[in-house]
Amino acid sequence: MQIQPILAALRRHRLATILIALEIALACAVLCNACFLIANRVGLTHVDSGVDEASLATIKLTGYDDAKASDLNARVTSGLRAIPSMQSVSVINQVPFGENIANAGITLDRAGQQFGGVVDFYMAGPGSFKDLGLHLVAGRAPQPDDYQPLSDIFPLSSNVVVSRTLAEHLWPGVDPLGKEFWCDKFHFRVTGVVAHMVRPGAGEGGPSTIEWSVFTPAQPGPQLSGRYLLRADPSQLPRVLRDARAAIATVAPDAVVDQLQSQTITDLRERYFRQDRVMAGMLLGVIVALLLVTALGIVGLASFWVAQRRRQIGIRRAIGARKIDILHYFQVENFLIVSFGIVLGMLLAYALNLLLMTQYELPRLPLYYLPVGALMLWLLGQLAVLGPALRAAAVPPVVATRSV
Amino acid sequence: MFGYYLDLAIRSLKRNKVLTALMVIAIAVGIGASMTTLTVMHLLSGDPVPTRSGTLFYPQVDPSPLPDPEHIHKPWDVMDYRSATDLWNAHRADRQALVASSALRLTAPEVNQPPLMAQMLSTTSDFFPMFDVPFQFGGSWQPQDDQRRARVAVISSDLNIKLFAGANSVGRTLRLKDSDVRIVGVLAPWRPSPQFYDVRGGRFSNGNTSGFYSKPEDVFVPFSSSLEINAGGIQWFTCWSSPDPNVKIEDSPCLWVALWVQLDSAAKVDDYRHFIADYAAQQKSLGRITRADNTMLCSLMQWLDFNQVVPSDVRLQTWLAFAFLLICLFNTVGLLLAKFLRRTGEIGVRRALGATRGAVLEQCLVEAGLIGLLGGVGGWLLTLLGLALIRRQPVEYADLLHLDTAMFLLTFALAIAASLLAGMVPAWRASRVALGLQLKTL
Repeated sequence: MQIQPILAALRRHRLATILIALEIALACAVLCNACFLIANRVGLTHVDSGVDEASLATIKLTGYDDAKASDLNARVTSGLRAIPSMQSVSVINQVPFGENIANAGITLDRAGQQFGGVVDFYMAGPGSFKDLGLHLVAGRAPQPDDYQPLSDIFPLSSNVVVSRTLAEHLWPGVDPLGKEFWCDKFHFRVTGVVAHMVRPGAGEGGPSTIEWSVFTPAQPGPQLSGRYLLRADPSQLPRVLRDARAAIATVAPDAVVDQLQSQTITDLRERYFRQDRVMAGMLLGVIVALLLVTALGIVGLASFWVAQRRRQIGIRRAIGARKIDILHYFQVENFLIVSFGIVLGMLLAYALNLLLMTQYELPRLPLYYLPVGALMLWLLGQLAVLGPALRAAAVPPVVATRSV
Repeated sequence: MFGYYLDLAIRSLKRNKVLTALMVIAIAVGIGASMTTLTVMHLLSGDPVPTRSGTLFYPQVDPSPLPDPEHIHKPWDVMDYRSATDLWNAHRADRQALVASSALRLTAPEVNQPPLMAQMLSTTSDFFPMFDVPFQFGGSWQPQDDQRRARVAVISSDLNIKLFAGANSVGRTLRLKDSDVRIVGVLAPWRPSPQFYDVRGGRFSNGNTSGFYSKPEDVFVPFSSSLEINAGGIQWFTCWSSPDPNVKIEDSPCLWVALWVQLDSAAKVDDYRHFIADYAAQQKSLGRITRADNTMLCSLMQWLDFNQVVPSDVRLQTWLAFAFLLICLFNTVGLLLAKFLRRTGEIGVRRALGATRGAVLEQCLVEAGLIGLLGGVGGWLLTLLGLALIRRQPVEYADLLHLDTAMFLLTFALAIAASLLAGMVPAWRASRVALGLQLKTL
């Protein structure tokens, strides 16, 4: 197949060629970046919370009198523990994917000079560490005497468990066990590290800080009340949660159940990532529509060219070209135009990625997206041009002898 | 001639239905996608108080006693009680309102309904006239009620429907936590977009700002009274040192009160700017604060911009939709080129019979415009579909979405403008066909 005559013919149709190439270039840029955005969003929704989601649910109460909080804790925990197939009930301040209650800036020195970042504090009563199902990778789980009463906000000094991600952020390459940090006058010492522990909501730092959490063992009291962590067998959990909500009306008639926050962790997670999934779905819709429109454009223009060159095709056939030669001619022509578009499109994709990086929390586009996008567009171009090219191949040689 | 060209255009479009359909669909899809996202942008980035947003300002001083030698921090988003009330008490603006919100337990003793958790806004009497808040029954409380800590409340239309089935509830009693308040006013449905007076912390929200578009609070209570009713329920924005729960929130080292002022002229704005700078300097000399030069006075719209109220997902969608429209346009250019150049013989005849190049250009553009109009109808239907889809999403602003007249007209304007733009190059090429060559091939 000679490329020379095809290029010569394209030079005669410069405008249309450039248009298709530009369309392909734009499609390539949007395609690569949209796929990358989808991958990012979907990656976010697969974050490992580190807790035993399927077995956990939570009840949140509001509207009760702060002075009766300790009494409320006692009534609710004993009331809920009486529910059949409830494995355990503990007091906690916040749960993964629930509302964000306790985040604070920490420092690595007592004087408050060396800032460590804004992290989330899970404060929870006895039993909660085991209930959450956090997977310890170093150090020890909180012991019974680690559960200290709160002094206003935190225990004055506590032995805490941090996530591996946070430990690596605060003390890169160093054994975090025994390390200390401070938040105002409160002192924390790391006694354990868990593989994963997601914070309730991604904080100021964006997705990379999603696991900056600290588990602080604490005694329930007026400052730690109203939210309860329930654990039951996954198959029993929906019923247990239903019974628990019903039981609140009798054991704590003075409190109001926060319906939106009293869910299984699975449901909270589902709701937490709904927006990301919707966005990923929308991006997917855009990609499909985009490829469709691009394909239609190629079909339209290729059909036009075939109709325009009917006579020339006839002449070529009359002087000995086979059907397959005509077919190949249009396929190679399309390949050349799409390749031209792709070269331009890769530059555009990269530029668009740079723009998105300045506007959004996005990493750099991995290079392998470019060849994959190119392959998709080549395939799309060949599919789109197949119909018109087959029609061109079907032009009989006799056309050459007729005037239009 | 326009009528004749229109007739020609309709005939031409009928001749090749597939090509016509392809072009109309391309424009319709492009317009539908971009108008859907543009409508969302338009509704989310609009002016929440169109009558007087230019006169509304958000003063800020930085009450933090911690030094900031490099001036890297803007003032925190809200103020401490002392600074906010000092500025409010000075009454230097035409109107001024303190704002803080909290959640509490609400019951209506005369109505047999279970208690519910409601959001309460603590504010002062100027809030209602200043923000043009519409009343259905009754009205605002009086300035002296703010001083007297009167147990009065204004409730939202939604709460009035929920508790009193929409009847005039002025004079009835609500129990807020453990205190009884008398209802003095019921709002008409009021849904500012965004809920501007509570906007804060946008710069720390990582683009997830759809919460700024939630509904206004259910109960509005005088600021002074609310501190007696529900001081414990107030959430502070942040604190510069850890607060002692035994100290009242008014004296805590925490930031939780916002102040809005109305300043009717540019001179007053300047005066007020000086006033807060002087106030900060005076407080610094008293040793209460350290960053005296760190004050701000944003107008309402500046404050919304500063907080980047439009969620980043919505902005991303808009960019994407316009890239998509651009691709659809390239597509239409290609197809129109095919369509016009296929008719070079016909155009040659018209030119030979005396039509000028301009006339041919005009004819082609009429045809392009007609395609745009058809695409606009399709785009309008797709926009309605797109908005209906977004309304079903669990986002705070879902109930705000609708296609207003301006956006409806813009749909068609954009469709026709886009198609004319797309038709420009093909039409120009068509009008340039070599006359002799075309006639010879006939």
